[in-house]
Amino acid sequence: MTHRIRRLATISAIGLTAALALSACSAPAETPDGSSGGEELTPVKLQLQWLPQGQFAGYFAAQEQGYFEEAGLDVEIIPSGGDIVPQDALANGDVDYAIAWVPKVLGSIEAGANVTNIAQIFQRSGTLQVAWADSGIESVADFEGKKIGSWGFGNEWEIFAAMAEEGLDSSTVEIITQDFNMNAFLSGDIDAAQAMTYNEYAQVLETVNPDTGELYTADDLNVISYEDTVGAMLQDAIWADTERLESDEEYQETTVAFLKAVIKGWVYAAENPEDAAQITIDAGSGWGPSHELWMVNETNKLIWPAPDGIGYIDEGAFDDTVAAALSAVNESGASLITEEPGEGVWTNEYIEQALAELDEEGVDVFGEGFEPIEVELMEGGN
Amino acid sequence: MTDAAIALTPPRRRVRDRGARVRLWAYGMLGLVVLGAVWELYKALGPADGLVIGEARVLPRTSDLAMPHLWEMASRLAEPVTRAEGARPLWLEVVLAAGLTLGIAAAGWIVGVVVGIALALVMQRWRIAESAMLPWIVLSQTVPLIAFAPLVRSWGSRIEIGAFEWQDWMSVAVIASYLAFFPVAVGALRGLQAPDRIHLELMRTYSVGWRATLMHLRFPAAVPYLLPALRLAAANAVVGAVVAEVSTGLQGGIGRLVIQYAGQASGDPSKAWAPIFGAVALGLIAAGSVAILGLVFRNYRRSEEQA
Repeated sequence: MTHRIRRLATISAIGLTAALALSACSAPAETPDGSSGGEELTPVKLQLQWLPQGQFAGYFAAQEQGYFEEAGLDVEIIPSGGDIVPQDALANGDVDYAIAWVPKVLGSIEAGANVTNIAQIFQRSGTLQVAWADSGIESVADFEGKKIGSWGFGNEWEIFAAMAEEGLDSSTVEIITQDFNMNAFLSGDIDAAQAMTYNEYAQVLETVNPDTGELYTADDLNVISYEDTVGAMLQDAIWADTERLESDEEYQETTVAFLKAVIKGWVYAAENPEDAAQITIDAGSGWGPSHELWMVNETNKLIWPAPDGIGYIDEGAFDDTVAAALSAVNESGASLITEEPGEGVWTNEYIEQALAELDEEGVDVFGEGFEPIEVELMEGGN
Repeated sequence: MTDAAIALTPPRRRVRDRGARVRLWAYGMLGLVVLGAVWELYKALGPADGLVIGEARVLPRTSDLAMPHLWEMASRLAEPVTRAEGARPLWLEVVLAAGLTLGIAAAGWIVGVVVGIALALVMQRWRIAESAMLPWIVLSQTVPLIAFAPLVRSWGSRIEIGAFEWQDWMSVAVIASYLAFFPVAVGALRGLQAPDRIHLELMRTYSVGWRATLMHLRFPAAVPYLLPALRLAAANAVVGAVVAEVSTGLQGGIGRLVIQYAGQASGDPSKAWAPIFGAVALGLIAAGSVAILGLVFRNYRRSEEQA
């Protein structure tokens, strides 16, 4: 019997080896950029929360302009797909830093993730609820009895927090799950659709109105911005591994160097939105040029001007987000968080150091004079 | 048909005359034309707002947003992806993406077939292995891909052996193979167990060992079971690769294009259909490639069993 087992094992081993060898040459391997001269560069993995797009222009700009390399870092920017949760990838140790919205991560932290907010890149919320101008929906209070669109997956909490303030709960509206585009809104399945200033809102504005043959305009729409409500929550932030921040000195140094390069990338995006849009397209974003530029420009508006310096975490704003998260109850009766997160959820230690060093180097980290550009959207974002 | 009858029947003539082959293609084309006609006819005559009974949508809307005209989808394929300088035509972008996905699916298919046949051999050889493993093999297919995909990527990202470093596409291939191995394992096991007792006993009276019985009796008998299983595996590998691309966020494949263009479907509805056509073509190519295998093994392929 033993020789049979051995023979079988040999055959299986040969088979597996052959399969591995075959599979290794059958599909082109995509090697990440920046593998040149990697000896003295510290490898860093950054997990984004969605596909490459203008929302992340600053990181791609930092990569393309060589800011990461100057800082001694070899950064791999990893886009996300449908099922990759950035804060989970970070907590699992798959990546070194992750970009994620604060409320989503608060939920993960309560579930046990050990991560820390080290830079609040977006100072303002970019979430809107968009309705037709003749719909009579002009504020969150008008949601009652309407069909309200939301993407779910942790993107819905601002809606419920804003509704809670108006005394509405999820049972007073019909929540309809939106997919990746605004078709459900355009077809009338949704009365008020969730939209980001930098993406879905533009999608409506680059669609032809079948009645007029022209693109829809802002006059056709009522726009409710959550930034104007107490439901507003902090969005794109950079998260780091809490344990490594506490114990790993090298990681602490890398963190400051990384933040400095990221800030330079965002300063570049603010000053050169057209170039930043092109860099993002080259990094694999599939949007048309006008949509991409719109995205970069709107993203800039969420960041600049930054009175305390880009990335600085405003304690009041963070507490407001926590309060809003505590008040929100979704359509299945679940709460995002049940108690305030403990110490160490955020720290300004590293961003302060990065800001101070950059300020000394003469980099404008406040963007007081920031002026957004005018972007004309073309049909289909082209 | 009993095996004795099979043995007595001369192999069916496979070389059809040219006319029959042309007719087959014509029917295939006719099917496509009918499908297209139904699409346009429904778009022209169907209720503009579709049909909703209760809460469920029974018929889709006929608007240009939901159902672009065929010619719009076709002409969109010829146009560049975006107006950016140097943008490729849409069809080329889709073909390139489909090529990458096909490569990954093929890798997944090969791994799946090897693993599936290996499992079937083990289960055929030791009955206790069959009792122990078969339920788990069936159970393995109930694990939802969404739960599985991030895990595979996470494990993969830790693998680094010498110069070998785990690439993202390998995670996708592993997930594709996970879907592909199942029909092969089950089909191959049934096939290996297909020979009649009388033939097995004949082998035993010749005191032929397990391996020779395998090569001369069991494998040939398994071919009619294996071919449909391989075809199923090919289709599964493609589905697995496309879904896993979306799941793990791999760039460059057809799954990624589906998501990317779905986001642009409001302003450019025809564009979103291009990667869907690509995925359909991919499935056809994958299943068709297995048909070539069928030609190689045609001597053993007297009849084909359902997997």
